[in-house]
Amino acid sequence: MKKGLIGKKLGMTHIYTETGVMVPVTAIEVGPCPVIALKTQAKDGYCAVQLGFGVRKAKNVSKAVLGNLAPAGLQATPPAIIREVRLDADPEYKVGDKLGADLFAANEFVDVTGRTKGRGFAGVVRRWNFGGGRGSHGGAWERRTGSIGMCSAPGKVEKRRKMPGQMGNVNRTVQSLQVMQVRAEQNLLLVKGAIPGPTGGLVMVRSAVKK
Amino acid sequence: MNTIEALRQENLKPEITPFAIGDTVQVDVRIVEGGKERIQAFTGTVIARTGSGIAETVTLRRISHGQGVERIIPIHSPRIAGFKRIREGSVRRAKLYYLRGEVGNAARVKEKRLH
Repeated sequence: MKKGLIGKKLGMTHIYTETGVMVPVTAIEVGPCPVIALKTQAKDGYCAVQLGFGVRKAKNVSKAVLGNLAPAGLQATPPAIIREVRLDADPEYKVGDKLGADLFAANEFVDVTGRTKGRGFAGVVRRWNFGGGRGSHGGAWERRTGSIGMCSAPGKVEKRRKMPGQMGNVNRTVQSLQVMQVRAEQNLLLVKGAIPGPTGGLVMVRSAVKK
Repeated sequence: MNTIEALRQENLKPEITPFAIGDTVQVDVRIVEGGKERIQAFTGTVIARTGSGIAETVTLRRISHGQGVERIIPIHSPRIAGFKRIREGSVRRAKLYYLRGEVGNAARVKEKRLH
């Protein structure tokens, strides 16, 4: 069954398995995520669960949102973030439930979505790993784009040509990361490998699509 | 202490035998062979120590059957049973990579003399 949580990236470290293999892991604080609303096939045409994460002041939240939070009893402590997680069947949770790290189990595979670190307007060497030219011998062609296509035969630049532009600050998903440890009491997931975004960044952890 | 710092520290070994660059050190490595665990020792000169916390490693170099052998040992790995300091070396730098290019007597680290 599909499932998902909202979380915060805490940073990376290493752990050792029982056999003594060093594994690089990212720690993600997932939850507690209160269930705010349920979307069902019959009523909404799709299956999903609406989750909250974090907390912010009630005075900063619009009354429309507070009304949406009322069934879950969260009007006094509205979550900072509200997201929906699509499910493949009608949700089995109840409004007001608090979901945490124990939703996942060790050795399960997850997809993690986050917003990558922004690199601003980057040139082709940084953005696409172009080789660039040589630094000496009088050439002026050091980090420039170079030729972007042919002459009048196509008469246009091919689509998706690698060129300078905004790098990073986009949503990215890293698929099929193994969950190494689940620490329910701290709401902590340790997943193998790196995930997008800075430390402290918001991430969505979902069941892996391809596993 | 925040969560990630706590995570980084929880698997640290409480005590590591102190040793320095240039020392000759014996490290006991746990090896699983045919379902049985035994300890294999590797003795070598400490030529580098890198990383911090759980990621700290030490590079040991020795000449084995005329062939230079280097092993990178993760200090806090549960597979490392312990270290033994066999000989103190007298060196003036933190990384002894120059030993790789030397042969014979030049490839040796002088012993520290205490007066």
